[in-house]
Amino acid sequence: MVPIAWYLVLSAILFSIGVAAFLIKRNIISVFMSIELMLNAVNLTFVAFAHMWHQVSGQIFVFFVMVVAAAEAAVGLAIIIAIFRARNTLNVDQVDLMKL
Amino acid sequence: MHLALFIIFGALCVAGALNLLLQRHPINSALSLIVVMSSLAVLYLLLGAEFLAAAQVIVYSGAIMVLFTFVIMLLNAGKETRTHGSKLAYIAGFPGAAILLGLLVYVFLSRQGEFGQARLGEYMVNTGMLSQVLFRDLLLPFEVTSILILVAILGAVALARKEH
Repeated sequence: MVPIAWYLVLSAILFSIGVAAFLIKRNIISVFMSIELMLNAVNLTFVAFAHMWHQVSGQIFVFFVMVVAAAEAAVGLAIIIAIFRARNTLNVDQVDLMKL
Repeated sequence: MHLALFIIFGALCVAGALNLLLQRHPINSALSLIVVMSSLAVLYLLLGAEFLAAAQVIVYSGAIMVLFTFVIMLLNAGKETRTHGSKLAYIAGFPGAAILLGLLVYVFLSRQGEFGQARLGEYMVNTGMLSQVLFRDLLLPFEVTSILILVAILGAVALARKEH
């Protein structure tokens, strides 16, 4: 028996680490990975609340988040490849112009 | 049993996330993110979400992270270098995340009684129950996601293609 609040605290910890990594990391791929970490933390909250309310809808939400995350990862990594081709760098500080 | 599994895999999650934060090489971050995602699958099982646990392993730690490691190796990403912007991010990033964490933990723990307890095996959602909702009540959104995936694939191909 584990309090639901502990699951929520765990997901808050993961989300905060994701926020910190998003702000601190300078590599564009690492920034993207911290976004995935934040998505996963929110998914854990959804599943915990689905268990708490005995509702399936929370899990349906997680399913849709996973689908959108897969699409986002494919497009995002393609954009990263395009940026690397144009700039020859992965550092976000050097990617500050929209013009090539 | 439930508590022991929660503590072991919760600690594994936090350790993997911290390792993601502290490693300077993206490939190490990617591998620790796989640890986080796989341990989250176990936590989903503890909360009775068996389909989502399987989907987490297949979609997240399988497909998405393989894509990440593939791109990291393809682009030959090296260690991060410290820049002026990263110093600024250290000053703003850690306190901001700490404030966020403190706020969330305070809210969750102060209302701990209202959330109740999670018991192992109390509320299991099997794939049948999930698919009944997904294919009957939410059929249109489900079909729309397939179009979303198709558009994403086409967009990825168009973006990553070499220009001639």
